[in-house]
Amino acid sequence: MLRHDVVIVGAGLAGLRAAVTLGDLPGVDVAIISKLHPLRSHSGAAEGGINAALTPDDRWEDHMYDTVKGSDYVSDQDAVEVMCREAPAEVYWLEHAGTLFNRADDGTLAIRNFGGAGRPRTAFVADITGHALLHTLYEQTVARGVKVYEEWFVTELVVENEQVKGLVALDVMTGELHQVAAKAVIMATGGYGRVYHGRTTNAWSSTGDGMAAAYRAGVPLADMEFVQFHPTTLKSNGVLLTEGNRGEGGYLLNSLGERFMSKYTPTKMELGPRDMVSRAEIIEINEGRGVDGCVLLDIRHLGEAKIMERLPGTRELSMHFAGVDPVYEPIPVRPGQHYAMGGVRTDLNGVTVVKGLYAAGECACVSVHGANRLGANSLLDTLIFGRRSAEHAYEYVKNVPPPEASESYLQREEDRTRAMLGREGTESIAQIRNEMGLEMADNMGVFRTPEQMQHAVSAIRELKERVKDAPVQDKGRIFNTDLTGALEIENMLELAEVISVGALARTESRGAHSRLDFPDRDDVNWLKHTLAFRGEGGPRLEYGPVTITRFQPEERKY
Amino acid sequence: MRVTFRILRYDPERDANPHFESYPLELDDRAVVLDGLVQIKDFADSALTFRRSCRQAICGSCAMRVNDREHLTCSTQLSEVVRDGTVVVEPLANLPVIKDLAVDMEQFWRKYRAIMPFLIPDRAKPAPEKEYRMANKEARHLQQFGGCIQCGACYSSCPIAATDEEYLGPAALAKAYRFAGDPRDSARRERLKIVSDERGIWRCHTVFNCTEVCPKGVEPTYAIQQLKKLTIRRRFGLPV
Repeated sequence: MLRHDVVIVGAGLAGLRAAVTLGDLPGVDVAIISKLHPLRSHSGAAEGGINAALTPDDRWEDHMYDTVKGSDYVSDQDAVEVMCREAPAEVYWLEHAGTLFNRADDGTLAIRNFGGAGRPRTAFVADITGHALLHTLYEQTVARGVKVYEEWFVTELVVENEQVKGLVALDVMTGELHQVAAKAVIMATGGYGRVYHGRTTNAWSSTGDGMAAAYRAGVPLADMEFVQFHPTTLKSNGVLLTEGNRGEGGYLLNSLGERFMSKYTPTKMELGPRDMVSRAEIIEINEGRGVDGCVLLDIRHLGEAKIMERLPGTRELSMHFAGVDPVYEPIPVRPGQHYAMGGVRTDLNGVTVVKGLYAAGECACVSVHGANRLGANSLLDTLIFGRRSAEHAYEYVKNVPPPEASESYLQREEDRTRAMLGREGTESIAQIRNEMGLEMADNMGVFRTPEQMQHAVSAIRELKERVKDAPVQDKGRIFNTDLTGALEIENMLELAEVISVGALARTESRGAHSRLDFPDRDDVNWLKHTLAFRGEGGPRLEYGPVTITRFQPEERKY
Repeated sequence: MRVTFRILRYDPERDANPHFESYPLELDDRAVVLDGLVQIKDFADSALTFRRSCRQAICGSCAMRVNDREHLTCSTQLSEVVRDGTVVVEPLANLPVIKDLAVDMEQFWRKYRAIMPFLIPDRAKPAPEKEYRMANKEARHLQQFGGCIQCGACYSSCPIAATDEEYLGPAALAKAYRFAGDPRDSARRERLKIVSDERGIWRCHTVFNCTEVCPKGVEPTYAIQQLKKLTIRRRFGLPV
């Protein structure tokens, strides 16, 4: 059996930051297992930037206030405080590690505006910040010689007596399953955007595998009903255009040519928080002021020079995928699923209810984003809590003996995958995936009615049954992406159910969860976290308290 | 748009040799090559094997040869590449095929690792409390090379890589320049030593294929010439 002290699952920003941290500490054997080569991770698609109070007139307390207000007060303020306090040092650490941030005239880091922020505090690398940070961190793991199991798909965690003992993973290249013993496992597998297949900014690989594995291992998923819809995604394929477009001064226009955000977030205009901007767009479209199901993002007035210096990716993506050159024409955009505020419940060191099991980044819910994440806080979240999880795990494994786990887990996963390969029936995994995406986009979107949510719960449960009759056609061992697709769809359906059940239960509107039958926030009954445990026949919901330290809930106006 | 995809298929568990298979498809006029591959995998043959992830030209998973030239399939419009109603899709060249359109990139990554692909600040001097100061112009210049997504398109297009398995290749050399040109780096001398031998910059024949096929505008040819210039200046004892 393969053995490591700490195994990190996922090699995006959270996982790599954890790996670099452990790579610097003596006497610990660390490895990364990722279903993708690290540089293929979806962190690389993040565009706009990373928040930190860097300028002399900014303070981490202000960053914290903006984040808490943006979260609609359901974030845990001790966690938000940690993130915002540690942000400047983390950004300087990245700069020292090589990231080529854009610069101001005096050679310091350039800062741009972003949504929901009281002042500019977003450091950036053109509009490929995620790419730049992902490459920097991967470079640092190479420098430290961290072992990476590339293109290994983790199928299950090994947990006995509420303590993690390792995991089982499929080496996709050979088709062989391996049980890996580990004293600690850090889940850093990112989001589940593909649950909204066809209507998400997320990559094909964002299938929530880590969340689903932790959920199956008995860890609660928190606040899964809070799903972020980004206001500027392309209609053709759902690709993201950065909020930096509006941060640099871009407009949102309706079919009448009006900057309609003046009606919704008048003090911030286009730089309102994402939940509010997405709602505004849907209202404009529904009331007949849309353009072919979209609104228009107009950056023409910024001029070609500024677009090429600060927003080249927007131009490239618009030209490739919408046939529009934003130097000369406005770009049709609409809200699309973008980010999971919910995830594996952790404390501020990434610790879960299972001993030795940690989670960080989008797959975790610490919670620093509450019901609505502010733009440019997600990269920060991955780094701060990736590092903190690693630091905590380092101390934890010192006192844990090498785990002894039976190999029955390996046998079980071999049986499970063999059964998938032997499955018969007339259903199709691709068809089920497409139906799931449409169901969630149509009925678990920006606005939600009880009928829609009930419909989603029923439809997802039906798909969970149907997938049992969807055979894996590729019977080969080597590089079987049909089999990994089958593993992914099971994970996604599990999460889709948790999202839908959690949303139906939360009878209020808060942040990104917006119900037409309960249009107001209800702090008396709902200022709390949803905790979904896996039970027989579906998730069992419990609720937990929200940590409030500095900022009492107020009405959220911009 | 009606288009026939001709795909080079190879299943190591079944096929002695690669062979072409054809798939007639009906696709949207604005479809990209990857849309065609996904449609085949979803509805014709789910065993068709290829890598894809971000579908926005940033993760570098889906570089392939399309009608005899390297492309990211996710950002290449069919209408740009279709010839006589046909699109021929093959795996990247100069790397061993695992299955169908997926290649084993270990050789490529070995060269990435060989050039010390990480910043090496001067350990003798204390790091600044905040950031190293840098002119935006300098940062922007290096961003061009830092913008490489390691997709392997250049490596596949390179006639030198085709004949010399030990040639470092355009991607690794562009990466080497990204660090050798970084004012924060202290290892320029060592970096130039690594790249300036017959397996490195001097092996480049300045064919420009890499620069032509790069989907991100990195221009490895330019980077290689800069490394040559730095190497020669150093040899003459001029400041580099």
